[in-house]
Amino acid sequence: MSQTVFAPWENPTEKPLIQFKNVTKRFGDFTAIDDLTQDIFAREFFALLGPSGCGKTTMMRMLAGFEAPTQGQIFIAGQDMAKIPPNKRAVNMMFQSYALFPHLSVWENIAFGLKREGKDKDTIAARVEEMLRLTRLSKFAKRKPHQISGGQRQRVALARSLAKAPKLLLLDEPLGALDKKLRQDTQFELMDIQEKTGTTFVIVTHDQEEAMTVASRVAVMDEGQIIQVATPAQIYEAPNSVYVADFIGDVNIISGRAKPNGEKVATQWAEGQPDIIGTTATKFDAGQEIHFAIRPEKVAISTEEPQDAANRVRGRVLDIAYLGNISTYHVELPTGHVIKAQTANTRRLSRRQITWEDPVWLSWTDTAGVLLER
Amino acid sequence: MRRFILIAVPYLWLAALFLIPFVIVLKISLSDVALARPPYMPQLDFAAGWDGFKSFFAALDFENFWFLTTDDLYWKAYLSSLRIALTSTVMTLLVGYPIAYAMARAAPEWRPTLLMLVILPFWTSFLIRVYAWMGILSNEGLLNQFLLWLGVINEPLTILNTNTAVYIGIVYTYLPFMILPIYSALERLDDSLLEAAEDLGCSRLSAFWLVTIPLSKNGIIAGCFLVFIPVIGEFVIPSLLGGSGTLMIGKVLWEEFFSNRDWPVASAVAVILLLILVIPIILFQRNEQKQREAEG
Amino acid sequence: MKRFSWFNATSLTLGFAFLYVPMIILVIYSFNASKLVTVWAGFSTQWYGELIRNEEFLNAAWVTIKVAVMSSTIATVLGTMAAYVLVRAGRFSGRTLFSGMIYAPLVMPEVITGLSLLLLFIGIGLDRGVLTIVLAHTTFSMCYVSVVVSSRLVSFDKSLEEAALDLGCSPFEAFRLVTLPIIAPAVISGWLLAFTLSLDDLVIASFTTGPSATTLPIKIFSAVRLGVSPEINALSTIMIAIVTVGVITASLITKQAAVRQARDERMAERPA
Repeated sequence: MSQTVFAPWENPTEKPLIQFKNVTKRFGDFTAIDDLTQDIFAREFFALLGPSGCGKTTMMRMLAGFEAPTQGQIFIAGQDMAKIPPNKRAVNMMFQSYALFPHLSVWENIAFGLKREGKDKDTIAARVEEMLRLTRLSKFAKRKPHQISGGQRQRVALARSLAKAPKLLLLDEPLGALDKKLRQDTQFELMDIQEKTGTTFVIVTHDQEEAMTVASRVAVMDEGQIIQVATPAQIYEAPNSVYVADFIGDVNIISGRAKPNGEKVATQWAEGQPDIIGTTATKFDAGQEIHFAIRPEKVAISTEEPQDAANRVRGRVLDIAYLGNISTYHVELPTGHVIKAQTANTRRLSRRQITWEDPVWLSWTDTAGVLLER
Repeated sequence: MRRFILIAVPYLWLAALFLIPFVIVLKISLSDVALARPPYMPQLDFAAGWDGFKSFFAALDFENFWFLTTDDLYWKAYLSSLRIALTSTVMTLLVGYPIAYAMARAAPEWRPTLLMLVILPFWTSFLIRVYAWMGILSNEGLLNQFLLWLGVINEPLTILNTNTAVYIGIVYTYLPFMILPIYSALERLDDSLLEAAEDLGCSRLSAFWLVTIPLSKNGIIAGCFLVFIPVIGEFVIPSLLGGSGTLMIGKVLWEEFFSNRDWPVASAVAVILLLILVIPIILFQRNEQKQREAEG
Repeated sequence: MKRFSWFNATSLTLGFAFLYVPMIILVIYSFNASKLVTVWAGFSTQWYGELIRNEEFLNAAWVTIKVAVMSSTIATVLGTMAAYVLVRAGRFSGRTLFSGMIYAPLVMPEVITGLSLLLLFIGIGLDRGVLTIVLAHTTFSMCYVSVVVSSRLVSFDKSLEEAALDLGCSPFEAFRLVTLPIIAPAVISGWLLAFTLSLDDLVIASFTTGPSATTLPIKIFSAVRLGVSPEINALSTIMIAIVTVGVITASLITKQAAVRQARDERMAERPA
């Protein structure tokens, strides 16, 4: 089987590296993880994405061994991890606070785990040098953590957790403390390092952009459950629920009743407005509650009535957000709904033809949006 | 002008009541004992002008310090004070560290209460706290009664008026000084550092040695100095709990002054004691400063 | 993940038992009917009665309180000034000596402080009594006050004072109207610390007092040197009780203030 694209989850013969089997974790009355089952494969860059309190950090801490599941089992490389303490796991973690030892130099921090393995001096030195080169820290080896910048600290934490060549590296909000520009650079660096070392990465983040950038698969979580697991593109283009659609990027949601018509489904959403025509693979019953979700960049805006669009509505410009590369128009429909439409600013600002209070037409094709049950 | 007054008032007060007294001690330590009031000479005679000044300085000498080296009571007392201070500091550390550690590990809502329980004895009279042990450690005391009742011993142990009682008294009274700085160092310790150490292959015990101990080092050092420095000059504990065999320099100084009325020798004892203390005090200040700098 | 093991529980239990059992025993035996302190002979409050009738103790207590109130009040004023100088006055000649004189008494053995002050008082021919003890106590406790107050001043936002000056206050008014109310808790705890230090002090008072003024610790010390006595137990119990009630009240007040502030802040966050 020749696979050009990395997608072990589509190969039924592939053995997963990590298996969560009906895992539940409770803290007192609070259920952090609720009967969760999930496979993660070797060499994956797996992102756990969700708002704070959704259980993503608990999942990671169970992998590291700092928490034990209340029910269910976790397997790493086929081994049940229940009785294995953190220091005996071939799993390393990069902490959100980096948790660099303040009394040790950068070099000693990176060597810390290697020394625990009882390796000989030369091996340790060679490995530390390798890690320093990989993370471009060679110049700072002698410094203490408080003598280097935030970005450098982040790289020390990464080098330290990678030094033992773990099967699995856990990253807890690894870029949370960095400013936006540095974050973006570091994201690519992380992907690069993941590819070079061939380590499986599991990253926890609440930043959807970060998850989309780095991950091979994203798991969107809410209240202790995984709502959807898919590649970033699938998550974005084909969310399985309003929650996922809303969590990832910007979206317009219009709720109504389904009117199936062959391959197409019409959504009845307001008195006196034409039904919204969409395409879907799922079957909907007539009259069933349905949510139509469409990304703003898939909604076209024009002053003239478009002729060939499957869906078009009239509205009035309420607000314009100019973001440099794109502009977002908030358009109020006669029904009171506000729809966001986005256009790329390929022309200079002075030529913008639509302004506040303008009556406009919004249009989109019948494959532009998705139809969701929940 | 206002600023001048603000600075001058406390400055002059301290100069007059702290600095000048030291100069006087220094001066008297170089004088000779005399059967007079005040019982030392020479006296500075301002009326005699410059000649009086000259003869005053000519009469000062290091005789008292020489005397201290000839009588082995004194250097034995200094050595024994240092030894008692050192031993009791180590003992206080061994008793205090587990308590500070347990306090820092306790649930956050319990910590203020625990802290208050450590500070409370602080506010209670030192004298009373030392006194409390007299009733416990004496031959008919509660400790002996308890041990006899347990059957561990057949006849009462002599604890009161021995060095053992002094050690118990020091550990007891100075324990809060050891606990507080260690606790504040341990409380600041980020839990994720311990998790990181375990994640990198440490057992809990080795994580304790490699992370917790080094990171509470400053608290340990501060606590040790806070016990060691005052214990060297301690007077109340050796005189109430110690026996005739307990030699501590604070007690020697007191007796030299009140019983022998030898002010010059008492002053010389004080000057040497101060010189001994200068080293740990400077080390302590340096540790504090380093810690302040580390905190930003 | 906090690990609170049996080991921690044991060390806390043993540690606090060590700290408190001796004092509890002292309190219990103050109610002993027997003159022999180590033999329990039934409950009695007779020693408290004897204590109240003991003129010498009452006089000593009165002297001690007088000395403590006077010395701690002067020490608070001087100590606050010294703290202000340390934190705010910037550079002036002799600053190193000044801060040295603030910190040195904290680590100075009491025997040395006492001896040197005594020699000073004799040297200038000052009659020893209440006045000399007050001077001595003020000197060492002002250093404690200034350490407490200066640690509060360091964290004090200087722009508040600047705002007061900007709004037309004189420097003294700015201190009285803005700085002092904000650092008041530190000043009060400084006073309390100075007060207890003075109440507690045996060594320095012994050196600097004369026949006219005997403080309670001096009295207790001379009684205790002869051995354990039930009257002293009763006196100790009273002192322990006062301190306990005081410390617990103070911490409750502080806690309540913190709770109130937290509640007020929550209320303020809520939309009207």
